[in-house]
Amino acid sequence: MSETIKFTIDGKECQGTKGQLLVDAAADNGVYIPILCHMRDLIPAGSCRMCTVKVNGRNMAACTTPAEEGMAIENNTPEFLDIRKAIVEMLFVEGNHFCPACEKSGNCDLQALGYKYQMMVPRFPYAFERREIDATTPKIFLERNRCIFCKRCVRVIKDEEGRSIFAFKGRGTTLEINIDRKLAATMTDEMAQKAMDICPVGCILKKEIGFVTPIGQRKYDTMPIGSDIENNHQ
Amino acid sequence: MKEKIISIVEAHGSDASRLMDILLDVQTEFGCVSTDAVSLMATMLRISEVDIVQTLSFYHFFNTNAVGKYAVYMNNSVVSCMMGMKDVVDEFEKQTGVKFGNTTADGKIGLYYTACIGMNDQEPAALINGVVFNELNRQKVRDIVAGMKVGIPVQDMVAHYGDGNNANPLMKSMVHNNIRKAGAVVLADYTLGIGIAKALTSDAKSVINEMKESNLRGRGGAGFPTGMKWDFCSRETGVHYIICNADEGEPGTFKDRVLLTERAYMLFEGMTIGGFAIGAEEGILYLRHEYTYMKAYLENVLKDMRIKNFLGNNILGRGYNFDIRIQMGAGAYVCGEESALIESAEGKRGEPRNRPPFPVQKGYKGKPTVVNNVETFCSATRIIEKGAAWYNTLGTSESAGTKLLSISGDCKFPGVYEIEWGMSINAMLEMVGGENVQAVQVAGPSGICLPPNQFHRKIALEDLPTGGSMIVIGQQRDILKDVVMNFMEFFADESCGSCVTCRSFNMILRNAIEKVVSGHAIKKDVENMQAWSEILRKTTRCGLGQTSSNPISTTIKNFPELYDARVKDVDYQSDFDMQKSVEASCEAVGRSSLIHELAKVNIN
Repeated sequence: MSETIKFTIDGKECQGTKGQLLVDAAADNGVYIPILCHMRDLIPAGSCRMCTVKVNGRNMAACTTPAEEGMAIENNTPEFLDIRKAIVEMLFVEGNHFCPACEKSGNCDLQALGYKYQMMVPRFPYAFERREIDATTPKIFLERNRCIFCKRCVRVIKDEEGRSIFAFKGRGTTLEINIDRKLAATMTDEMAQKAMDICPVGCILKKEIGFVTPIGQRKYDTMPIGSDIENNHQ
Repeated sequence: MKEKIISIVEAHGSDASRLMDILLDVQTEFGCVSTDAVSLMATMLRISEVDIVQTLSFYHFFNTNAVGKYAVYMNNSVVSCMMGMKDVVDEFEKQTGVKFGNTTADGKIGLYYTACIGMNDQEPAALINGVVFNELNRQKVRDIVAGMKVGIPVQDMVAHYGDGNNANPLMKSMVHNNIRKAGAVVLADYTLGIGIAKALTSDAKSVINEMKESNLRGRGGAGFPTGMKWDFCSRETGVHYIICNADEGEPGTFKDRVLLTERAYMLFEGMTIGGFAIGAEEGILYLRHEYTYMKAYLENVLKDMRIKNFLGNNILGRGYNFDIRIQMGAGAYVCGEESALIESAEGKRGEPRNRPPFPVQKGYKGKPTVVNNVETFCSATRIIEKGAAWYNTLGTSESAGTKLLSISGDCKFPGVYEIEWGMSINAMLEMVGGENVQAVQVAGPSGICLPPNQFHRKIALEDLPTGGSMIVIGQQRDILKDVVMNFMEFFADESCGSCVTCRSFNMILRNAIEKVVSGHAIKKDVENMQAWSEILRKTTRCGLGQTSSNPISTTIKNFPELYDARVKDVDYQSDFDMQKSVEASCEAVGRSSLIHELAKVNIN
């Protein structure tokens, strides 16, 4: 049986279910903890570190930490606002992100977080990594310049036998997202669309269709990221 | 090729969780793992090709292209550089006619760098087709390359064997043990079977209690109480596993190499005792790839223990069944982290897991698993033999027992020392013959760079904790260039890349220290390095990222003068050096740059 627990986020009293991931428990209480890699009901990757919070004085990723009775969570403190801004900046310098030319502009979580944290000029030097685009599969462009290694596609998109279509390749600075050419050839339009939709940036793009919704009328053009969660509980 | 690959995959039960072994066998057979091989394995294992590639591309020693009939992997870690790696590299390049990172045109000899291979007490050292060549110099390189050119098998080039079991017919290695000081626990005389007999005549709970009372704490570096770990794991239900972490990859440690060579029986006995305590019937020794030269010897020790009924069914007639298999690694520092090691043992990328759950709850194959270091298991054998009370008479009040130190660098007697916890750095330096010491790197790159005014501090979990790596840095060294830059290069290479901050910050910090060393940095850069180190420490998932900024943060703290001497106290300095940038083109065309010359005049 699920057990109801109480905890606080920045002093606000919250209720949740024991064992529920903090990031989801927070959202249920109208508190937005920023995420790039997490998706509800998916095994957490814990890779983007955007959701780092302080739990009873210790730094933890809210997407991998189960909620417990009495937890005191620090979320929107100046320390974490700066850390989150730094992570967004880091992702911008690590890859090659040119928002004005990107099909996901306005639907991109990374861009939206850039606005949320009012990023102006990244504090880190640009890496100018050279990354290869893979357009060899029938349904998908893999625009690696924009990949933030969230592993959403790795975790979600599988073929009928449960085999991975996306996986990591390399490690550290040579890390890249890889697509299985044989299995990708069997992808349906629906799968390709799903892959594009779950990609938080503009790395996975469905071929042959683009800019259906004009820029200016897209998800984050009309409301800042996280406001859906925050507005639900006012 | 097809038949051979089919037989390799089938030999491993067509089991995708044994992908590491399959890839290693394929590589041993064909020299590399080709695209065709990947395709065939994917079909047989019923996984996608990208899932094979994700493991294959993760490890340093797996190759998709041929690396040469003789693949030379030269250790380029700090101490190898200190001991003259540059000359050795130069001679290899001269004799083979290719630069490091390449293979000769005839495909015979490949030259590559690799991180610390656990031979810091006998550098410069290299692995050639898995065989260790230590204490290299120009003459030895000339002989080796001459031998390669006429096709002498690598093993036949090993003219002299090292001491102890290094000379065993199954090892035939030139490695020296360099045991300089034997203590009362792991390097004292040892007789097989006393500990296990004692454990099996008592019960699991008593063994765990004895371990708890001994106050033994994990010897890999993190120092988690061993008895408590065993206790937590034993409380879980179902199948249990016990794993020995023999992936010692922290640059500067080599003490497990010595234990594996001279105390293999003691180690396996410790694993058996641990297995009995937690209720495991299967154990795994995860052995780092660099120690492949020991594998045949270790397999033979296991075989001998089975014959003597210390392993196998109904051990010593007490009804306990337990056996151990060896899992080879393939070159990844991060696999020293216990959950990454488990992932690797399951045939996957060595990416650390999120916690909870902890390995004692859900470890290998999702079952409760204890992972302990080599030295921890050896200590456990002795503790069960001689008792917790005896063990507590050694060391300090908070750090019981002894610790093996791997001491290398600028000292007269590099090697392995078993000391009681509580020894000061000053006393340690006296013991190893360290004079004119500028700093001691305590606990490897992820530890701290300690200045002389702190040499009174004690080697103990409550003061200076260490997994055993101690690098003595003499006055003649340029700490920022020779040590810090090398360490940051290492971390940038070894980050698994799965957390943003570890992947990116290690690259950013490596570039930042390069900027300092090259003389382009300003004061603000150093302040940034400090602030960024702090963000990395706070946000990353595993111990690698939490400690990888230590080379920078501890030298900024302990050696600020080294930074002050290199950075300019100005608000802005261009990264771009006009003079340097046009030098080559001026030289090529044989003219000087008019604008450049005018600019110089204007400045002056």
